[in-house]
Amino acid sequence: MSILHVENLTKTYPSGGRALTVLQGVNFTLEPGDTFAIVGPSGSGKTTLLGLCAGLDRASSGSVYLNDIRLDTLTEDQRAAIRNQHVGFIFQNFQLLPTLTALENVMVPLELRGGEKNVAKTAQALLERVGLGNREHHYPAQLSGGEQQRVSLARAFINRPKLLFADEPTGNLDADTSATVVDLLFELNREAGTTLVLVTHDLELAARTQRVIRVKGGTVIADSKERIGERVNRNAEAE
Amino acid sequence: MWLFRMAWRDSRRSRQRLLLFMSAIVLGIAALVAINSFGDNLARSIDEQARELLGADLTLSWTRAPSAKTQQLLKTLGRDRAYEVSFASLVSTPKNGGVRLAQVKGLQGNFPFYGTWEVQPASAVQTFRQATSRVALVDDALLIQMGTQPGDSVRVGNLSFLIVGRVTKTPGQAAIAATVAPTVFIPNQFLAGTGLLQRGSRIAYKYYYQLAPDKATSAVDADTFIKPLAARLDKEGINYDTVTERKKQTGRSFADLTKYLSLVAFVALLLGCVGVASAVQLYVKEKVASVAILRTLGASGRQAFLIYLYQTTLMGLIGATVGAVLGSVVQLLLPRIFGNFLPITVDTALSGPAVLGGIGTGLLISVLFSLLPLLAIRNVSPLRTLRTSYEDDLQGRDPLRWLVYGLVVCFIVGFAYWQTSNLRLAVGFTGGLVVAFGLLTAIGLGLIGLVRRFFPASWSYTWRQSLANLYRPNNQTLILITSIGLGAFLIATLYLTQGLLLGRVELSGSGKQPNMVLFDIQNEQLAGVKSLVQAQHLPILQEVPVVTMRLTDINGKNGETVRKDTTQKPPKWAFTREYRVTYRDSLISSEKLVSGKVPYQFGGASYISIEKGFFERMHLKLGDTLNFNVQGAPVQTIIGGTREVEWNRVQTNFLVIFPSGILEQAPQFHVLMTRVPDNQTSAVLQRGLVSQFPNVSAIDLGLILKTIDEILAQISFVIQFMALFSILTGLLVLASSVVISKFQRLRESVLLRTLGASRNQILGITFLEYSLLGFVAALSGILLSIAGTWGLARFVFEVPYRPDALPLLVITLVVTGLTILIGVFNSRDVLVKPPLEVLRAEV
Repeated sequence: MSILHVENLTKTYPSGGRALTVLQGVNFTLEPGDTFAIVGPSGSGKTTLLGLCAGLDRASSGSVYLNDIRLDTLTEDQRAAIRNQHVGFIFQNFQLLPTLTALENVMVPLELRGGEKNVAKTAQALLERVGLGNREHHYPAQLSGGEQQRVSLARAFINRPKLLFADEPTGNLDADTSATVVDLLFELNREAGTTLVLVTHDLELAARTQRVIRVKGGTVIADSKERIGERVNRNAEAE
Repeated sequence: MWLFRMAWRDSRRSRQRLLLFMSAIVLGIAALVAINSFGDNLARSIDEQARELLGADLTLSWTRAPSAKTQQLLKTLGRDRAYEVSFASLVSTPKNGGVRLAQVKGLQGNFPFYGTWEVQPASAVQTFRQATSRVALVDDALLIQMGTQPGDSVRVGNLSFLIVGRVTKTPGQAAIAATVAPTVFIPNQFLAGTGLLQRGSRIAYKYYYQLAPDKATSAVDADTFIKPLAARLDKEGINYDTVTERKKQTGRSFADLTKYLSLVAFVALLLGCVGVASAVQLYVKEKVASVAILRTLGASGRQAFLIYLYQTTLMGLIGATVGAVLGSVVQLLLPRIFGNFLPITVDTALSGPAVLGGIGTGLLISVLFSLLPLLAIRNVSPLRTLRTSYEDDLQGRDPLRWLVYGLVVCFIVGFAYWQTSNLRLAVGFTGGLVVAFGLLTAIGLGLIGLVRRFFPASWSYTWRQSLANLYRPNNQTLILITSIGLGAFLIATLYLTQGLLLGRVELSGSGKQPNMVLFDIQNEQLAGVKSLVQAQHLPILQEVPVVTMRLTDINGKNGETVRKDTTQKPPKWAFTREYRVTYRDSLISSEKLVSGKVPYQFGGASYISIEKGFFERMHLKLGDTLNFNVQGAPVQTIIGGTREVEWNRVQTNFLVIFPSGILEQAPQFHVLMTRVPDNQTSAVLQRGLVSQFPNVSAIDLGLILKTIDEILAQISFVIQFMALFSILTGLLVLASSVVISKFQRLRESVLLRTLGASRNQILGITFLEYSLLGFVAALSGILLSIAGTWGLARFVFEVPYRPDALPLLVITLVVTGLTILIGVFNSRDVLVKPPLEVLRAEV
């Protein structure tokens, strides 16, 4: 069973009386536990693709199946419930709620779900895991960029998501902090067995994933899946 | 449960911003609770002090002597009784030669039976009741006006009386009434000696009764007591008044007062509503990013909406509760302010219904007026977390908005109806507000369009930047124009209406209008009085004969038949009151023909003219026959026409006018009107009248105008005190609109500072933007208020209206100035702090 299946995905926006196509005929499938990067220049459509895959927006045509659930037939509220159940997010600009403390920010996804016990304890453990056990009562404005992104990581994993979407997770961080955050991201991902979908234009970061697709002008111009497959086959033959 | 927790957590860092939203509710509710508590306390006090309103259990009064048998009966009713004869007369003070029209009351017996007759010294009441010599108690107002005091004497007709006491309050009479018609109380046995009880004088007689308690219930029931006598009293033209009746009348009189005040509170409350809506509108704009994050993490539209609805509801509840507490404190002051106008002492107590009603109303408006901006939260897209520039989600039309618009309109109509009990007025009032809101929106959109269309590309950067701020994305033009404009509209309308109400009672004391009225002139005195007036070189501006009569039947049905027949429309008093009637064949300048003709005789029948309001109240129609008893002689008439009368003009105005040729020989008295140039001439004429014609009374309108001026000053103080609530709330609306909107401009100003803009440039841009917005909003509000007040003057108060330009100009400048001041004050962070500090703290 695939965790994410994208089929002939197209997105157009009305622009100045005409239809502007930002994504056209995209197809791919991800298996549970895969790590996957979408790369491409600015304006290539990669963030649009992430938004559609995560159910943040609706495609103009084509389909997205997340954990075998077809997203494009659902209402916004139904998609929100799916996100809460199966999806975690990391954003370039962290997107923490400025009025909540670090701990409260981490708790939000589970509290939204309702019926969960020991939410604060779980959140506290995650904050400790990302090295912020002593900053739980700080507000986002009182944390550095790297710290905010680590809170965001803890929040992304609290609902034990099947899929984690990360949109330029190091875009707002310096090199040292980026390295720490990326290491943490991959560690947590491995520990939780989550499928990771990463949007980035940092090829070094993309190289740490198992599969990379290159998007340009709204279409997929390259997919490393074949190359990886070839490498696996070669290794098998050598053995 | 999580939603409540989330609402609470989220509000922690936003409470300062919600404080203004709360303040708007606080003041509106404070005004409402204060006024409603006062209304409740007034009603309760009327109930508790009902017997003091009358000073007795029952009073019987008449102006035409009843039959000897009835007179005998009147003398024996009740357990105890007091007798009073009263009339208006000029009184003088020998000490300084002062003359003043006063109400003279000859009293006999132990009035009042209930309540306290406040006289200084207190022992003077006893001295007066047991008087064997000529003593008088005189109203405080009269003593002040005539420059006399206890120990001096007052001359009434032919006799002088020693003033033994100063009356500060008489049961059942408001202090203000004593100022208009001050009273001289003298012992009844000396009344005849004054020589003023002549035939033709307008004398009223009254008995005050204290009744024995009912044996079965041990309570006094004046209504049951009077029931078997009612028919007989009606027949003899005797009016009766019981505690129950007086209670009803007093309640009715003050219902108007409390209703007017409620309307003032309603305006304060409406301004509060505008404050709520504008504050929440901008609050929601700030919260959109947080909502998008919540949506991304899986919150439904409903959940996000409820988080912020709970916040505004909680803040509304707190605001309403604080308002109710403040209102309860303010209501303690109201009886002091209104003291002079009330015939009773109002006890202040916490009014449960007023407090609960206030909190309920506050909660309702905070929810209702937050709903409109809050609905947009449901449609915030999670895509905003990926793209900060995404704005399409808030553009769509939400059908639920129309439901909320409908609820808002229903609330305003319902509340206005609750306050005024007049559906037409409530709908008109709401319609006016809707039109004002629509026009302000159109002006806001028009301003945006105009600036965009005729953008002055060659002007300086400061001008271009401030003008461009009016139409750029996230501009505050529409919200500030509507909220500040609506605030200015309501306050200016309240101010102009106040002027309208005060102007309504203004009497015309200028030009060639009469300013002195002489009345009670008997036939044989007419020539003498005329020559006395002319000897002073004064003009006789009007001379009117007056005949007194009673109505005996309408279309053949007398008072008794009408009273028994519940289908008959004319009120009971139609047959018991005395009619003062004149006769002429034309109308005068204060009258306008409405239907039929002016009074005339045709074919031996007399066609009379009836005043329009009276005609309607009596449910009469043209051609109805009215039979009058003219001091013993029956006279049959037919209604030939109706007239409209301007009652506030200085004229002798009448309900009924006969044609000439019928009443000339009937017993009558005359009224003369003249114009005196100064106080000295007035005093000389009045002294002449007192010495030669002591029964003739003179009303000096100059003095009356002065008294009315004093009363008006008190009334305007009361109105201004109440309007203060509205003005304060209006200022809060202004502050909340501008303060919260600063966050729209802050980011941009910081960016400009970062790029090298000087303090003066930022100050100039802010100053110009708020000047334009403030001025256009204030001017629009003022112009709308002129139109609104014209509508009120034309259709509600029916008075001519001329707006006074100066105060309107002042309001415009003050509102503009405050908008600039608050706008610039709130941008001070950008001006005085380094850009980075501001960026870290605010953005």
